[in-house]
Amino acid sequence: MSENQDVMTALTIRLEDELFAVEASRVREILDLVPITEVPSAPSFVGGLINVRGRVVPLADLRVMFGMERPEPDEDTRIVVMEVDIDGEPTIAGILADKVHDVTDIEAASIEEAPKVGMRWRPEFVKGIGKRNGGFIIIPDMEKIFETPAGRSQAGAASEERAAS
Amino acid sequence: MNISDPTETFRQEARELLDQLEAGLLDLEQDPSNADLINSTFRALHTIKGSGAMFGFTAVAEFVHDFETAFDRVRKGESEANAALIGVALDAKDHIHLLIENPDAPIDGGAAILMALRASLDGGTSGAHAEPAPVEPAVAAPAAASTATSQAKGWRLTFYLPADALIYGTNPELLLAELAQIGPTNVLALTDRIPDLEVMDPEVSYLGWQVDLAVADDPTAAIDDVFLFLRDNMDLTLVPLAAEAPSGAGVEISLEDVMPEAPFVAEPPAPAPAVASEVAPVAKPAPVAKKTKPAEKAEADKPQATSLRVPAERLDELMDRVGELVIAQARLSQIAASSSDAGLKTIAEELERLSSGLRDTTMGIRMVPIGTIFSRFRRLVHDLSNELGKQIEFITTGEETELDKTVIERLADPLVHLIRNSVDHGLESAEKRVAAGKDPKGTVRLSAVYSGAEVAISVIDDGAGLNHERIRAKAEENGLILPEAKLTEQELNHLIFAPGFSTAKEVTALSGRGVGMDVVKRTIDGLRGTIDVATTPGKGSVFTLRLPLTLAIIDGMLIRVGGGRYTIPLAAVEECVELPAGVEANAKGRNFLDIRGSLVPYLRLREVFGLKGQGDEHEKVVIVSSGEGRVGLVVDQIIGNNQTVIKQLSKLHSGIKSFSGATILGDGTVALILDTAHLVASGQSYVERNLGRAA
Repeated sequence: MSENQDVMTALTIRLEDELFAVEASRVREILDLVPITEVPSAPSFVGGLINVRGRVVPLADLRVMFGMERPEPDEDTRIVVMEVDIDGEPTIAGILADKVHDVTDIEAASIEEAPKVGMRWRPEFVKGIGKRNGGFIIIPDMEKIFETPAGRSQAGAASEERAAS
Repeated sequence: MNISDPTETFRQEARELLDQLEAGLLDLEQDPSNADLINSTFRALHTIKGSGAMFGFTAVAEFVHDFETAFDRVRKGESEANAALIGVALDAKDHIHLLIENPDAPIDGGAAILMALRASLDGGTSGAHAEPAPVEPAVAAPAAASTATSQAKGWRLTFYLPADALIYGTNPELLLAELAQIGPTNVLALTDRIPDLEVMDPEVSYLGWQVDLAVADDPTAAIDDVFLFLRDNMDLTLVPLAAEAPSGAGVEISLEDVMPEAPFVAEPPAPAPAVASEVAPVAKPAPVAKKTKPAEKAEADKPQATSLRVPAERLDELMDRVGELVIAQARLSQIAASSSDAGLKTIAEELERLSSGLRDTTMGIRMVPIGTIFSRFRRLVHDLSNELGKQIEFITTGEETELDKTVIERLADPLVHLIRNSVDHGLESAEKRVAAGKDPKGTVRLSAVYSGAEVAISVIDDGAGLNHERIRAKAEENGLILPEAKLTEQELNHLIFAPGFSTAKEVTALSGRGVGMDVVKRTIDGLRGTIDVATTPGKGSVFTLRLPLTLAIIDGMLIRVGGGRYTIPLAAVEECVELPAGVEANAKGRNFLDIRGSLVPYLRLREVFGLKGQGDEHEKVVIVSSGEGRVGLVVDQIIGNNQTVIKQLSKLHSGIKSFSGATILGDGTVALILDTAHLVASGQSYVERNLGRAA
């Protein structure tokens, strides 16, 4: 795994005005914005579905999890199609990015653990913070981020069932 | 971990052989003297042993060897395949299965099973395999043969390799060396099959060998090991060599001995008293030398060409690709339709034809006969019959009915529960049956038939039928229904599928724990199927599962609600009507439509989906049904019918019950597929709430 290596090869994307890094090896492709099908009563984090080469792929919006604004998409908006583990099950998902920057190497030594306090975001969603060119790059913990809504939606389904019966 | 492929291949093959073995044993129980069955069972065992040894499953090979040796006595007619023996043999089969699945785990119990196996063979002297088992097949007079065997000084093996043996790299020298390891050999080459020089093919193996083995014990097994890979296509005979003075032995043997070698092989196998019939497709000593190559090839190719083993994932992948193709083709057709280019139109049409053909073929590949799971229920019934002490006749029909493989895989569990239920709860004990004037032997039927785009699978028993009073009492006790609730017969029948429901007074090992039937319901719902229950007190019950033929592609009706488009499975749609204007105002908040005199509840999909805004001026109602229930779905627009390639939703969305999947439309956008069973259920509960309030 990349943690054990000296560098992490990462794709950097921008959400609002923060840089995020996702593991480049997990990225399948980067798409321009495509028509998004809204899923009624789905959590807003994964409120949509897109067609990626004939596959129906859930579209996630990390900005929801990081409590960011969700402005209308513009010409820089991209969809990063990547592999994520949802409750241990490898799944293809798209994530919205306000802008995709580049692929870069982040030195493992420069990655620090997320501070427990003083952060705008829920610490469990942040795997670490890297530094580059004097700025910070947030490395999100994709497994944690994708795990929670699944669990939550299962709980939600249970309550829906209760309501229905 | 180093899981090498051949091992996995062996496992797969062994699993199939074990299934075959099990089926054979169960058939044998019905028909204990059927020599074909005995032979095919034996063959399955033998193949497992051979390939097991080859892939290093020594425990398997050893166990199977002993099993085989014991079973050999059945084959020779020394013991009979009685129920006790079949029972132990089935245990042995399970043991082999365990050994194959966990080759490294130390598994005990093998010795005990073998003991039991030998014990159940008539008066079996312990260690049946230790005594020199005679190889004589049934045709030979057993008495004469066994005397001959016991006096045998050695064995004469005559063999011709398959004609293509050299091409496939067989080295006769090595084979002879291996034979030499069995015991001292005296080898003589047989040249009778070598044709004239002008017709001789230098790559073909014409030579035969006559090997006299100076061993006392039956070397059949050892010889079979040597020729493991060649055995099916070669001529091989093994005869005991009579004592030097031919006078002492039986007549056949001495005849055998004096026969000149060449004519012996060339002759048809008519007397063939000593052909080791261990491996059944005994290559017939064909009218030798002139064996034409093509014919031989066809013979060899036939069994392989009929089927091909493909990993299931590849089929799924293929289906995905075809789905993509169908979608891409739909887009092309759309573009071609709006273009004036005649060439483009032609290609688009051609492609449409091709892709729909490809789609049908691909879906056909995924279809599997349901008989593949029926066979395992025979074992279940066999075991249940022993355990409960009920005599059961189990009849299956419609094994050839084909269903999508994913449907079949998921059907196995529900059918196990239904069959258990029928055997345990449905069928009465023999005494009760006699008292009721019925055959003491109960019957459970499992049948599958096509009905339209569905397959109906029924589990039918001739037992006591469902006891409505008991179901009712139990349901009240468990708080599933109110004591005064009025229920139709169908509703009462369906109560047994409620979670936590069980009427069995005693909990048996098999059923009565109240789990099972609700699993059936849930699985069948998940497969977009329905369950019907029909029961006649004293006569029995019929459980019918209706399932769609495939889960991969369905006909759908495309509708629009707000800005989103959705697909409703067409099979569920009963009719479409316009929502009468002002129906809201009159209904006083109760959403019912009068469809030709019956009240049908309706749901506004707009509300179900939590969409904002007003609906269109002329809303439509799509009436869908599921099982007995109906519900109207209010939509903004009905767009039309379409072929729907079903895509499963990811875990992220699997919790949303209103949708059963998604599909991709002709323009490339994703549309969700409505789960009609769920919507009908929530419509029904709506009815109950409202009617309850009104009452």
